[in-house]
Amino acid sequence: MITGKKQAELIKEISGVNPLKCMKCGKCSATCPSYNEMDIKPHQFVSYVLNEDIEALMQSESLWKCLSCFACVERCPRDVKPGKLIDAARQLLIRQRGQEYLSPDEVPELLDPEIPQQLLVSAFRRYRR
Amino acid sequence: MQRIGVFVCHCGSNIAATVDVEKVVEIIRQEPGVVHAEDYQYMCSEVGQAKIADAIHEKGLTGIVVCSCSPRMHETTFRKAAERAGLNPYMVEIANIREHCSWIHKDVEEATKKAVILARAAIAKVNLNAPLKPGESRVTKRALIIGGGIAGIQTALDIADAGYEVDIVEKTPSIGGRMSQLDKTFPTLDCSACILTPKMVEASAHEKITIYTYSEVEKVTGFVGDFTVDIRKKARSVDMDKCTGCGVCQEKCPSKKAPSEFNRGLSNRSAIYTPFAQAIPNVPVIDREHCLKFQKGKCGVCAKVCQAGAIDYEQKDEIVTEKYGAIVVATGFDVIKLDNYDEYAYSQSKDVITSLELERIMNAAGPTKGHLERLSDGKAPREMVFIQCVGSRCADDRGKSYCSKICCMYTAKHAMLIRDKYPDVNVTVFYIDVRTPGKNFDEFYRRAVEDFGVNYIKGQVGKVAPQPNGRLLVQASDLLDNRQIKMEADMVVLAAAIEPNPDVRKIATMLTASIDTNNFLTEAHAKLRPVESPTAGVFLSGVCQGPKDIPETVAQAGAAAVKAIGLLAKDKLLTNPCTAHSDELLCNGCSTCANVCPYGAITYEVRQVNDHGIREDRRLAVVNEALCQGCGACTVACPSGAMDLKGFSNRQILAEVDAICQ
Ligand SMILES: Cc1cc2nc3c(=O)[nH]c(=O)nc-3n(C[C@H](O)[C@H](O)[C@H](O)COP(=O)(O)OP(=O)(O)OC[C@H]3O[C@@H](n4cnc5c(N)ncnc54)[C@H](O)[C@@H]3O)c2cc1C
Ligand code: SF4
Ligand code: SF4
Ligand code: SF4
Ligand code: SF4
Repeated sequence: MITGKKQAELIKEISGVNPLKCMKCGKCSATCPSYNEMDIKPHQFVSYVLNEDIEALMQSESLWKCLSCFACVERCPRDVKPGKLIDAARQLLIRQRGQEYLSPDEVPELLDPEIPQQLLVSAFRRYRR
Repeated sequence: MQRIGVFVCHCGSNIAATVDVEKVVEIIRQEPGVVHAEDYQYMCSEVGQAKIADAIHEKGLTGIVVCSCSPRMHETTFRKAAERAGLNPYMVEIANIREHCSWIHKDVEEATKKAVILARAAIAKVNLNAPLKPGESRVTKRALIIGGGIAGIQTALDIADAGYEVDIVEKTPSIGGRMSQLDKTFPTLDCSACILTPKMVEASAHEKITIYTYSEVEKVTGFVGDFTVDIRKKARSVDMDKCTGCGVCQEKCPSKKAPSEFNRGLSNRSAIYTPFAQAIPNVPVIDREHCLKFQKGKCGVCAKVCQAGAIDYEQKDEIVTEKYGAIVVATGFDVIKLDNYDEYAYSQSKDVITSLELERIMNAAGPTKGHLERLSDGKAPREMVFIQCVGSRCADDRGKSYCSKICCMYTAKHAMLIRDKYPDVNVTVFYIDVRTPGKNFDEFYRRAVEDFGVNYIKGQVGKVAPQPNGRLLVQASDLLDNRQIKMEADMVVLAAAIEPNPDVRKIATMLTASIDTNNFLTEAHAKLRPVESPTAGVFLSGVCQGPKDIPETVAQAGAAAVKAIGLLAKDKLLTNPCTAHSDELLCNGCSTCANVCPYGAITYEVRQVNDHGIREDRRLAVVNEALCQGCGACTVACPSGAMDLKGFSNRQILAEVDAICQ
């Protein structure tokens, strides 16, 4: 069982985010289009990582509600990039579940409207070559 | 061989906790030339200084090494102590075993070793030291103030009241600065013009003060006590002596489409103009770019209507050269450009304004004659939103890293004034933190909330979007209620960050004064010398040094004046004896040194030299000791090794290096 501390380290490593830079202004949450559907709000991603409460972050609805629009990343005055934290939390969850990678040609037939957009967008962002 | 005494300071535990002070004494005692070595708790104390004097008398010391803190702290202290005991002060050297050793290391053994090495280097240097005698330079009893805002005006008044001549150079056509643009001022809400105008009048009427408006400093040479400054008086096209200030020209001028700088471009002015009614001097200038006479060759209306015959289209820029003993920089600030903040729609909507623009809108002499109205359609707003920290406290490259310090207070002021005058208008302020340290400041902010019903919400606005209905959609967070807010507003006011006047870079270069990464002028010591620049004779007043409100600006302006007066009150200054000189047998007159000297201290003359029996005329570098600041740039640049610096000779430096590498 990996500890919250270890998980928080992993999230910081995957995302490249230093949560200590956050000044808790809330600008990220101000325009997040999925705000109302999220149980943990964008500015709280930062506190959850600081508090090393990663399990909660990984079990949250927000993981699947974030659209990866990156408005929060774009506008954060402290350059914190909170969207990258939730992205990393999702990564962590997927890693925990094991190596369930798809080959690209499998993707089109699996597409259905229920797939979180963020998953696709992030996957394309990560694996584009 | 010198007879050297070494004194090792514990600095309480600052040094002694990391450096084995007794061991340093034991080792150093064995060094050749050292005839006395001891350690003490606090060398800078009276007892410590007495130990130096006693040893000079008892052991006949000719050189002293104090192993202690940085020479910037106490070199002068120890040199004075030695001088009182009859030794030339320049025979004292400091080995910095605090900042350069104990504070930055943890391992006692290693740090002790390093302290010994630093002491050896200082001993090696003292062995080659020679007594030096400072020269004298005169002090011109006149001060120059660059910038005529409240800071510059206050400094000028204080210096002039002490009996010295003062010149103010102001770039715009009138003195007054930003304060003249403000409507009412926190924390007491008195009208800005009512408290500023008397000061402006006092400055212009003061027999010791000369004001150059519409003028800029063009060139500065010289040094503390003896600066020579060229001031460019830009052509006003109006004769200052003849103009009576009747204002007829401004009324009749047909070219009325120039954006008014004073009203931040929210209204237009005529080509011939005074920026505002209380301007000092009350003499207009012709803005040649907008004048029909200058652009199209025809018009000349102002000359026809001017009863005093003051209009002079032929006037040219004039250069005035004047000498000064002290220079005070008071160039103030501007608000940042908001081009990089698309999300707040500043450039898309006329109803998104900066707080400085709001000051003009609220002012009776402003673009809307003091009525609060939307600039897009002239309608009265019902819902107003203020956004704080726009471009302040940013870690990205769009904004500034610092807190602008004044905006929390002026936002509370604006919110309160609006709620007072227009009780029907709802006012919401989005804040990250409300920062109101200062006498009666937090009480002021609380009044806005408790007595005036201003709605303060903790959370930043993410986006302002103009709506088809003409209103503005504001999207924000309410962090305390954990909700996202979407509300419509009629006007949005941005508390834009302030930044030093961009001119300050040019001025700092001319004065060899330093500026920080944000272009604020740097003080000589952040705590102990806050109104002095590291460049001797240059002082700092107002926002050019860092964000400040008016009370702080005025206090700092007074402090800068006191420092300048302290300098002007002296008849003579001692000059630094550590100056450069060239060896006439080595110098080949190549001009390399003159090119690197930042103080223009090096000239060349042709002189006859006797080079091992051969007499010939050679071009030689000559250093003006009064100008040389001893920076040493020339000594490293000189390809023939002819330049050398007294007190820091090439031999001394190499002896130190040898001692370290031994
Ligand atoms: C919207 C707003 C509201 C404010 N409200 C308040 C308030 O209610 N109460 C309060 O205490 N403070 C208030 N302030 C702060 C106040 O404006 C400043 O503290 C004050 O103006 C600082 O004065 P200064 O002389 O340092 O700078 P400035 O007022 O900027 O004066 C600098 C002067 O130097 C001149 N200058 C610049 N460069 C050169 C050059 N190269 N050569 C010659 N001259 C030059 C400029 O033209 C200007 O006249 C407010 C500020 C803003 C932006
Ligand atoms: S916008 Fe940036 S600084 Fe502000 S709360 Fe979000 S992550 Fe923190
Ligand atoms: S000459 Fe120029 S300043 Fe004078 S009235 Fe004509 S346009 Fe105006
Ligand atoms: S003074 Fe207030 S509004 Fe201005 S930058 Fe600082 S915290 Fe923000
Ligand atoms: S040391 Fe040399 S370069 Fe420096 S001020 Fe003196 S003459 Fe100029």
